[in-house]
Amino acid sequence: MLGYILKRLLLTLPTLLLVSVGVFLFIRLIPGDPALVLLGEGADAASLAGVRADLGLDRPLPVQFLTWLGHAVRGDLGRSIFSGEPVSTLILQHFGLTALLVLTAVTLATLIAITAGLVAAWRQDSAIDLAVVGTATVVLAVPSFWLGLVLLLLFGVKLGWLPFVGYVPFSESGVQAALFLVMPIVTLTITESGVLTRMMRASSIDVLQLDYVTHARAKGLPESTVLIRHVFPNAFAPTLTLVGLTLGHLLGGVAVIETVFTLPGLGRLMVDSVLARDYPVVQGCLLFTAVVYVVVNLLVDLCYPIFDPRVTAR
Amino acid sequence: MNGKIGISLIGVLLLTIVVGLLWMPYDPNAIDLAHSLSSPAAKHWFGTDEFGRDVLSRSMLGARISVLIALGAVGLAISVGTALGVLAGYLRGWTDRLLMMVTDAVLAFPGILLALALMAVLGSSGSSIIFALAIAYTPSVVRVVRGTVLSIREREFIEASRAAGDNAFRTMVRHVLPNIVPPIVVLATSLFGWALLSESALSFLGVGVPPPAPTWGNMLSASRPYMDVASWLSIVPGLCIAGTLLGVNLLGDALRDWLDPRRRS
Repeated sequence: MLGYILKRLLLTLPTLLLVSVGVFLFIRLIPGDPALVLLGEGADAASLAGVRADLGLDRPLPVQFLTWLGHAVRGDLGRSIFSGEPVSTLILQHFGLTALLVLTAVTLATLIAITAGLVAAWRQDSAIDLAVVGTATVVLAVPSFWLGLVLLLLFGVKLGWLPFVGYVPFSESGVQAALFLVMPIVTLTITESGVLTRMMRASSIDVLQLDYVTHARAKGLPESTVLIRHVFPNAFAPTLTLVGLTLGHLLGGVAVIETVFTLPGLGRLMVDSVLARDYPVVQGCLLFTAVVYVVVNLLVDLCYPIFDPRVTAR
Repeated sequence: MNGKIGISLIGVLLLTIVVGLLWMPYDPNAIDLAHSLSSPAAKHWFGTDEFGRDVLSRSMLGARISVLIALGAVGLAISVGTALGVLAGYLRGWTDRLLMMVTDAVLAFPGILLALALMAVLGSSGSSIIFALAIAYTPSVVRVVRGTVLSIREREFIEASRAAGDNAFRTMVRHVLPNIVPPIVVLATSLFGWALLSESALSFLGVGVPPPAPTWGNMLSASRPYMDVASWLSIVPGLCIAGTLLGVNLLGDALRDWLDPRRRS
């Protein structure tokens, strides 16, 4: 077990290194003087010289990379061109909301997927199965932002049940904040449950055909016990991997949902920075989301042995 | 059954594009402020937008642009990804290790954010979207192709090709490549759906194809301020995207079942 954890940890190091090289090179891809790119057009000569010295821009590229990496590891990702705030502060300010949104939605979507997928597989080709597969297929085809817009139109504009423009932080009013989050969470849950349900159904169908399930039934176990105790743990592993991938990507990628519902999350921060050409923030967000992705998938892999002890046996 | 629905939906899409090449009810960019935001009627089947432009004509032109962008991105990702995947899976060794490390690193970035960042560098245009999406999708292609090649390279006919004195390049092109077509076709259909969705998402975020050229994504994005007074502006492009995606997904499912010998019983 310890060997498995260590091996998995070691495997993430080259990925993280390459990710940081990529993010570092991102700024160099932009035509023009990197110092000017990082400080914006209006920068004065003194601060330009300061950044050049600080980042070692007159030194060879590998040295520049190590200098930048050294700063990044200590949490110094530079400052926003526009607000002048440290990029790390901005990221942490915006990440909380995104994490709350994504964690809630992915948890709900996973619960829906497990239930719907197991039941559909259990009664394969029945009316319930057709309904589940049909809904999942349609859901997969609906762009999340369109679904968000439709919900917003219906429950926000037409019926006026839920607030939809702007956001009130939890620190100010918990109830208000929760109300603002209902529609984004519902939208995300619906769109993410489609692919997870299909995955859960497919692997459950495979597992249901195995001999040990027949054996469990032959022992006279009730169907609910067979499904929950015997089918679920084995069928869940592929879905868990997919949950990890989804979670990792959504934590950075809910830009579209945050734009629809005007929520100040991490995705929105990144989009605004791209539109405003605030490159230090774009760079910081890229690095942060990639690291989050790697860490989330590491955690998922470490959870794997709980469901399938065979993975540590190698 | 599902495959038939999928093919019909794709058929409607292709028909729309072909008809749009020959004839459109109005000039998609003709501004007619006297008839702005008029609801669907006999004169304008899908209504008009805030500039009085015909939504049906814009959706038809939008279909062409959106599909071309998605096809371009998928074509680029599939060709580059297949070449790299075959190399990694067939040659193994350091080529494989290096390529896997790079794909791992690229996959660590959320697709949309990576494309968004690349758009910031490349600037907003149709070709930048194709390029940005292709970069985001290539690693998945490399992954799938490599996995398939790994199982194929152990088969007898590969050994026979080697024994006959073929060099590595010839073996890869003549014997490995034809055998990985089925999974690539399935992957290409699902990537096409993703590309279409990402194009509309990027347009929605404001870094897509610049106006006045219509894509389904930027039509949807432009409809936001008029949602409560002119709901058809968001419903029409939304249905276009959803219908096409549904068609592509159903077709992909049918292809997978048809090409998978395990399920063809």
